[in-house]
Amino acid sequence: MESKPRLLTILDIATIVMLVIATGMVFLYAPMEAVMGNVQRVFYFHVAAGWVGMLGFLVAAIAGIVYLRTGRREWDIASLSAVEIGMVFAFINVVTGAIWARPIWNTWWTWDPRLTTATIMLLIYAAYLLLRQGIEDPDRRARFGAVYAIVGFLSVPLTFFSARLFRTIHPVVIGSNQPGAEGAFDMTPLMLQTFMFSLLTFSIIFVDLLWHRIRLGKLADKVEQMKLKVMG
Amino acid sequence: MYLSNILQEGPAQTTGYMLAGYAVIFGVMLIYVISLFVRQRNLKQDIELLEDVKEG
Repeated sequence: MESKPRLLTILDIATIVMLVIATGMVFLYAPMEAVMGNVQRVFYFHVAAGWVGMLGFLVAAIAGIVYLRTGRREWDIASLSAVEIGMVFAFINVVTGAIWARPIWNTWWTWDPRLTTATIMLLIYAAYLLLRQGIEDPDRRARFGAVYAIVGFLSVPLTFFSARLFRTIHPVVIGSNQPGAEGAFDMTPLMLQTFMFSLLTFSIIFVDLLWHRIRLGKLADKVEQMKLKVMG
Repeated sequence: MYLSNILQEGPAQTTGYMLAGYAVIFGVMLIYVISLFVRQRNLKQDIELLEDVKEG
């Protein structure tokens, strides 16, 4: 494995510093919401995690397209890496949403359009990871992964727009809420600053993790090639 | 006591849910980072083993 690039070490440090600052802003800088109380603070990282989840799936689809055009294995590794990270953050998004919903909606879960589409999206990408493992030939696996990442991406805009297109109780940050939305609130300037900084921090976390995961993927690729040589 | 709860003014008492939410956020991220380290270590061990097999 190549030695760790200096830029990646700098990015690691910047990521940790930004995460500490973002956490400090969430707990110490942003004011407590007047009705929901402290649970509203989950919102900052809940939305940021959802953003990173969708960003991961977008990067996976783009990397899939580039793989199909070039046939270069690096793009398959990038696509798989982006899906894996997207899954982690989409999972955080769904679970923290359920925790927020318990005191606000008086239930952990409801089959609301936003929650349903987010769950379907998560399951689609969970299936991607499982199905990939069932294909032994690396080229076939990469082609399958690329096509799946592109087609699977359809679930992302569906999830994003579900709270705007369908009748839902899930509040939205950008755009106007549905009449039945419960748990919506007006952001004060301090809340908005905390929210924007959280989005930026999670975007940096994504880049940092993606870089690490791609390096890991290249290492796994090397092991696979070595195994084929040893067995052949 | 019951009436005072109904007529409660000010924000709802939801600190426990906030803590649970952040425990999930940091817990899942930590588990993922550890999984990256563990997988990297295992792959490096695999490479060493395969190089030994190739030489032997």
